[in-house]
Amino acid sequence: MLTNADFLSLEGKPGDFTAKVRLRPRYIDADSCTACGLCTQYCPRHHVDDYNEGLSLTRPIHIDYAQAVPATYYIDPESCLHLQHDTCQICVPVCQSHAINFDQKPEELDLKVGAVILSPGFGKISEETLEKYGYNRHPDIVTSIEFERMTTASGPFMGEVKCFSDGRHPKRLAFIQCVGSRDLGCNNGYCSSVCCMYSIKEALVAKEHDPEVDITIYYMDIRTQGKEFDKARERAEAIGIKFVRARVADVTPWENRLQLTYSTLDGKHYFEPYDMVVLSVGLESPRDARGIAEKTGIDLNRYDFCETSTFAPLTTSRDGVIVAGAFQGPKDIPESVTQASAAAGIAAGMLTKQRGQGIVHKSYPEEQPMDEEVRIGVFVCHCGINISSVVDVHNVEESTEDMEGVVYHTDSLYSCSQDAQEVLKDKIKEHNLNRVVIAACSPRTHEPLFQETLKDAGLNRSLIEMVNIRDQCSWVHANEPEAATDKSRDLVRMAVAKARGMKPLPEQTVPVTPRAMVVGGGIAGMTAALSIADQGFETLLLEKGKTLGGNLGLLNHTLAGDETAKELKKLVARVQKNKKISVATEAELTAISGFIGNYASVISTGSGKKKTEQTYDHGTVVLATGGHEHRPGGYLLDKNSKVMTQMELEKRLAGKAKNRAPSSVVMIQCAGSRGDDLNYCSKVCCNHAVKNALQIKEINPDSQVIVLYRDMRTYGYAEDAYREARLKGVVFIPYEIANKPEVYEKGKTLHVKFFDSIMQEDMDLTPDLVALSVGIVPEGTEELSKLLKAPLTNDRFFLEAHVKLRPVELPVDGVYVCGLAHGPKPLDETIAQAQAAAAKAAIPLVKGFVSVAPIVSIVDEEQCIGCSLCASLCPYGAIEMIKVDKKRKARTIAASCKACGICASHCPTFAITMGGFTNEQINSQISAFGDVGEKETAEVS
Amino acid sequence: MSEQYNPRILGFLCNWCCYAAADAAGVSRFQYPPNLRTIRVMCTGRVDPAFIFRGFIEGADGIFTGG
Repeated sequence: MLTNADFLSLEGKPGDFTAKVRLRPRYIDADSCTACGLCTQYCPRHHVDDYNEGLSLTRPIHIDYAQAVPATYYIDPESCLHLQHDTCQICVPVCQSHAINFDQKPEELDLKVGAVILSPGFGKISEETLEKYGYNRHPDIVTSIEFERMTTASGPFMGEVKCFSDGRHPKRLAFIQCVGSRDLGCNNGYCSSVCCMYSIKEALVAKEHDPEVDITIYYMDIRTQGKEFDKARERAEAIGIKFVRARVADVTPWENRLQLTYSTLDGKHYFEPYDMVVLSVGLESPRDARGIAEKTGIDLNRYDFCETSTFAPLTTSRDGVIVAGAFQGPKDIPESVTQASAAAGIAAGMLTKQRGQGIVHKSYPEEQPMDEEVRIGVFVCHCGINISSVVDVHNVEESTEDMEGVVYHTDSLYSCSQDAQEVLKDKIKEHNLNRVVIAACSPRTHEPLFQETLKDAGLNRSLIEMVNIRDQCSWVHANEPEAATDKSRDLVRMAVAKARGMKPLPEQTVPVTPRAMVVGGGIAGMTAALSIADQGFETLLLEKGKTLGGNLGLLNHTLAGDETAKELKKLVARVQKNKKISVATEAELTAISGFIGNYASVISTGSGKKKTEQTYDHGTVVLATGGHEHRPGGYLLDKNSKVMTQMELEKRLAGKAKNRAPSSVVMIQCAGSRGDDLNYCSKVCCNHAVKNALQIKEINPDSQVIVLYRDMRTYGYAEDAYREARLKGVVFIPYEIANKPEVYEKGKTLHVKFFDSIMQEDMDLTPDLVALSVGIVPEGTEELSKLLKAPLTNDRFFLEAHVKLRPVELPVDGVYVCGLAHGPKPLDETIAQAQAAAAKAAIPLVKGFVSVAPIVSIVDEEQCIGCSLCASLCPYGAIEMIKVDKKRKARTIAASCKACGICASHCPTFAITMGGFTNEQINSQISAFGDVGEKETAEVS
Repeated sequence: MSEQYNPRILGFLCNWCCYAAADAAGVSRFQYPPNLRTIRVMCTGRVDPAFIFRGFIEGADGIFTGG
């Protein structure tokens, strides 16, 4: 990982690039820095804290935020006294680990790489654009990013929202949407896609801080098209956050407040006073987009984002250069994470020949057999002065002297330093230690380091226990040294008690069957299968129907103009030609057993008498079962031939009939969606309507097209098409769910009755055709959910393992999801998601084995009564019930176990134990907690 | 001056959330009373009700579970 680095140039070809990179000096030796933060406390100079949007001050020597990776401080040369004026250097003697190094110079590196992934993120909307809304004219007009820092508990104000002007808590708060988005005035014709959702989140957080605060969001369309996003809006409305469809003309300072001028749909103007105004800024292309494009030789689109296409959403114009994240187009976290996985998978597919080259395997001495005798060594760390300035380290160390099992104890300045590791190894040998307790910092950051040292010393890595006397003691009780020392002694005593019960735990690995199965032969399934095959693995592609293609076969063209039939044909040909893919049509998954790396599936193919069943062994599975159009009731669909869905309209428009684009069309958005029959937004229908409206105008420019909508959700670049449709005369009229358009027949005439919110009157039209933008419902998810024990959302889509951070994985290990079965989404997103699912599914196949953490659960078959309570409670499906001598017994599927211990805590016969967290160990910790007799006696005397 | 009540509290902290949050509190130097003694578990699902009873038997004035 190279941080503080600039990318300079890229030469060569895929598989053999040379990337030139310049490393800027950080003036701190990253290997020595322990991130203690002492340097920042002593540095005399102020520095505007860019990470906190300039809302607070830090020092030139600092770390951006507590969780920054790498956890290494750096010096900003712009404001450092030494680097600017050759003075100061106070930090040098302050740093106990001698990490400050002013001699560092910029360094240029030539990196040999096979592929390049561009993920520079997004840029900021210019201040000039913000100033149109009064920014810089009044301190209480802030951007949403500043507001985000303000509401963050770990931010500069610890979550307290206050006006910059006089420090009062705002009682009235306004959000203005689309600042720097959907605005040709700043050449950002696109919709930034994320601002509606984050504004709702920020409003909810502000309301959480102060339930009395009055919040209004001024918007054009609320674009919460993401999976389950509409629920956040409903929640916001339920707690009193107001949404006003209006354009804000101006924000003006008014006495000590701000006055908002806005106009609503009916053409009326209003003025409202607010204490604070938040500008919901859009996502701009990255600041150096053109520089990046020049250095890498990629094309940019009209908005200076990376140019890609619908069917290859992450492929740039230069071979071997892949894009991911907001540089490809504005997007939120789940989609960025999805694209990142997809990009990694594409790169891995390009580099199958180079895979495994240049890897050096580390070897360890053989593990020493364990003595019966418990021999514990306790090492207490000063962490420079981080611990020892508060906690009396020697006192803590001495307190272990008489503890049962402790044969050695010492202290060290930095236990994590290289030389301390050597000392640790020596002491293990010298004193024949077989258990180690380290009282220092957090096991979350440092346990792997010490485990490594134990392995080097010939001890099993499970024989270490860490005591956190820094992060959870000296740092948080800085003004109470005695109490902190007391606490440290207690924690060390508890750790020693636990350590007495530590046992070497076996390192397990489970071999993986290097094959994958993909369920569903639509665009998602085919893309996933190809992607896995590209990475070198056999894949079975199951399709329920007679042919591959799914919904793609029902479309004619995309909004970007691709001909779908042509693309589909190409894709099917690639799948059929690929030797690593076997396709099974008219196939169904009837049973699946096993776990990550080792699944066995029963597949039935054919129908009637020709039906056959076969078993397929595979390591991972990708679910791409897709979905189909929902056919809502109440709109005369399937009752009147003039009422059709957008899909049917698209087919008709692609035909040859003369009257295929009739002279008057009414489109109804959200027909059956968003609280109608279905509870959710299907994400694609607005684009579909705009696409068809443009097509009608293309064929018959005189046709009158009216689109009745609730929020036009043409997010991203589709906003351009929406604008084009309006320019071409398509009329868009919003309606409310409480006052839905009514489709009815009078005699033979088809009527649409609705309330025109612009003209403020009821309308009754008799169009030649009514097109319904219907939603999407998932297919096959309920059956598969039962087979795989994989949870669904209330709307019957698969529920991902983590909505934001693991968006294509299911909670069941080795099972991945993409396409409409995950949630409604357009083609490009489906393709990227399929590539991401394939990338994830290939990881265990590439590795060839699944590593099992030694801390998984173990069932004692003797004690197990086969009640299967554990199996029913396990959230990961990691316990199976087996027959042993005709008796039911539980058994842990080690490869699936996440070591949560729910099974162990519920087992009525204590038959289940957790590695490293046994009942005995935890009980002895609790007993040691209570073992304060000595101390209290001392206090009395 | 009356003596300050100084309870002894035993905490069970989930490795993935509460323990991590306690670390983050440290990094941000948030100060809180030093009355808590913690036991790290991989998930609060590990906490058997018996642990809680034992904690009280061992003299805890309160038990904290963070998960």
